[in-house]
Amino acid sequence: MDSALIPEGVKRCSFPKFFIGIAIVGAVVLWGVYGMLVCWLKGLNVTGMDDYYGFALWIWADLAVIALGGGAFFTGLLKYIFKVDELKNIINFVVILGFVCYASALLILAIDIGQPLRGWFIFWHANVHSMLTEVAFCLSCYFAVLTIEFIPNILENRQLDKVPFFHNLSHNMHGVMAIFAATGAFLSFFHQGSLGGVAGVLYGRPFAYREGLLVWPWTFFLFTWSAAAFGPCFSMVVLRITEAVTKKKLVKDNVIHLLAKISGWMITTYIIAKIIDTIYWATVTAPSMGLKMSFFFTGEGNGPYNYLILITEIFLCGVVPGLLLIVKSTRENPTTRLIAIILGAIGVSLNRWVMVLQVMAVPVMPFDKWALYMPTWPEIATTILPVAGGIIVISLAYRYLPVFPQEKELNEVTVE
Amino acid sequence: MKQNNKQAHKFGMVIDLDKCTGCGSCMVACMSENNVPVKEDESDKKDSITWMRVYKLNNNKPFPETEICYLPRPCQHCSGKGDHGHSPCVSVCPATATDYDYSTGIVSQIYTRCFGCRYCMGACPYHARYFNWWDPKWPDGMESYLSPNVSPRMRGVVEKCSFCFHRYQLAKEQVYYDGEERIEDEAAYQTACTQACPAGAIVFGDLNNPDHQVTQIVKPNPHPEHDNHDVVGKSRNPKVFRLLERLGTNTKIYYMSERKWVRKLGDNYLDGEWEKADNHHGSSHG
Repeated sequence: MDSALIPEGVKRCSFPKFFIGIAIVGAVVLWGVYGMLVCWLKGLNVTGMDDYYGFALWIWADLAVIALGGGAFFTGLLKYIFKVDELKNIINFVVILGFVCYASALLILAIDIGQPLRGWFIFWHANVHSMLTEVAFCLSCYFAVLTIEFIPNILENRQLDKVPFFHNLSHNMHGVMAIFAATGAFLSFFHQGSLGGVAGVLYGRPFAYREGLLVWPWTFFLFTWSAAAFGPCFSMVVLRITEAVTKKKLVKDNVIHLLAKISGWMITTYIIAKIIDTIYWATVTAPSMGLKMSFFFTGEGNGPYNYLILITEIFLCGVVPGLLLIVKSTRENPTTRLIAIILGAIGVSLNRWVMVLQVMAVPVMPFDKWALYMPTWPEIATTILPVAGGIIVISLAYRYLPVFPQEKELNEVTVE
Repeated sequence: MKQNNKQAHKFGMVIDLDKCTGCGSCMVACMSENNVPVKEDESDKKDSITWMRVYKLNNNKPFPETEICYLPRPCQHCSGKGDHGHSPCVSVCPATATDYDYSTGIVSQIYTRCFGCRYCMGACPYHARYFNWWDPKWPDGMESYLSPNVSPRMRGVVEKCSFCFHRYQLAKEQVYYDGEERIEDEAAYQTACTQACPAGAIVFGDLNNPDHQVTQIVKPNPHPEHDNHDVVGKSRNPKVFRLLERLGTNTKIYYMSERKWVRKLGDNYLDGEWEKADNHHGSSHG
């Protein structure tokens, strides 16, 4: 039915099968859209947030998807600036993934603000001292860059490519992509960092506050570093899922091994920096505000915020994946590599969770209490919405665009 | 107007916690004066709006040694680290919807510019900022009691104590009418909570005016502290303290109590630090 749109020389499932799959995920999208409309029409009183928990699930989701989508800027940097040529075989896929992640972040932000129609005030009345202003500017610009990076791949669709203008446009865009990749890396450095800065500058919140370099707290650099380190892990996880669903090998092992190796070293160096940061915060920063480290992880009503969360983030989801990916044998073993990349993706998400939700949970005034929070269905539905939307975008891209240059070679199709 | 300008006011408050009975008059007066809406069910205090909130503290001792203390907490109108005007909330607001006024020391909130990101709420360690989770509503008939001087706020924006800024504007109009240059008379500008307190526990005035009672009680140190340069305006009265002073927020709400345990609850201390701080305060300025 849609065979004319499918790239030449590759095999795709039948259209009805594809349609049913999309319809199922589409139902989830509709549920999310309904949740979104409920939030917009009824207001944020339908959420589990309150005046103690003004930042909650959505802000975590924003931070997490942007960190996980960090594979796009880092892989782009490696491919176009550092000329790691093997990565050309995965770059289309990570760009699409980045596009999905950043679109998700923008959508969630539009739901999260109390007055969505005033969202543009962040640009119009910009406060240069605010990390959130930096986030808004860099994030929007980088989303535009990702769109530009995605366009050539869309134009390579079999039918679109037949139009000479599109063909030439796509070709020429590929030629100048290094400029966009460099711009993207620059913008990403700042918005990943400023997302870290969002928490780090809160000097009224001892759990979040960090000293730093000039106007940037250490969390600024840690967030950028961790996104570059763990973003590729998420790209590899999604690639693995795509391969499992399509029952095909889509990218050669040497490419994955290379990306895994780079990611492993980035994770290991990041986690060393994170451990140093944690030790300095626990022994110098927090005590200077009259608080011991144990205060933040123990105490009546602290709920899930105990030492286990710290150990899980740093050791289980930081040190372990780092080591598994830098040791050749475990890196090249599909099972241990899969464990490592899943742990990595969880680790960076957990870090973002802690830097948003635990910050809000910890009492600051001595007579205050721990505050806990439980999301409501509209929050959950609207958080799942972009995930479902992302699945649809990736499915459509995989079906109709030449996303994986090695697919043909790895999956020879017998012509009937 | 630049900070430390001699013409600048620095409005602040000192609350005598030994006088406060926890009656809640200040809360009621504040809500009434500032058109604060009322929720249908006010039992969940975590999402109801109380610009002035009275906390109940206790000394954590069993009967008969139990003591309690009520602590009224308006917005602390922080002047930020080093007294530079970068309050925790002001510096983070992405749309400049909250601002530090160097001519009054008041942290303002521009409701029509706020787009409800709530970053300021996350930044405030005092929980002094409130989000309008619902459309503002009042019980039938109460609309006619609303103050025409204060704009009600719409759903989806943040609001907080403004030190009854409309009263400051009215006072300014009055001094202009009287041909004077600035508000000198302490009584010319007072907040609703100050006037409503039946025990006279709240004293409000200009911390830059040595004739004002608030300045005489607080005796603020205009210089940064030796051990923490972020802290400016620390009281030289050993019975007076500020909430979370060592964070460097430099609030303009001072609290006063004869009771050590109450003063200790004003900040976080590691083991042994409080005794040292209290003795130092007492010996240097006592």
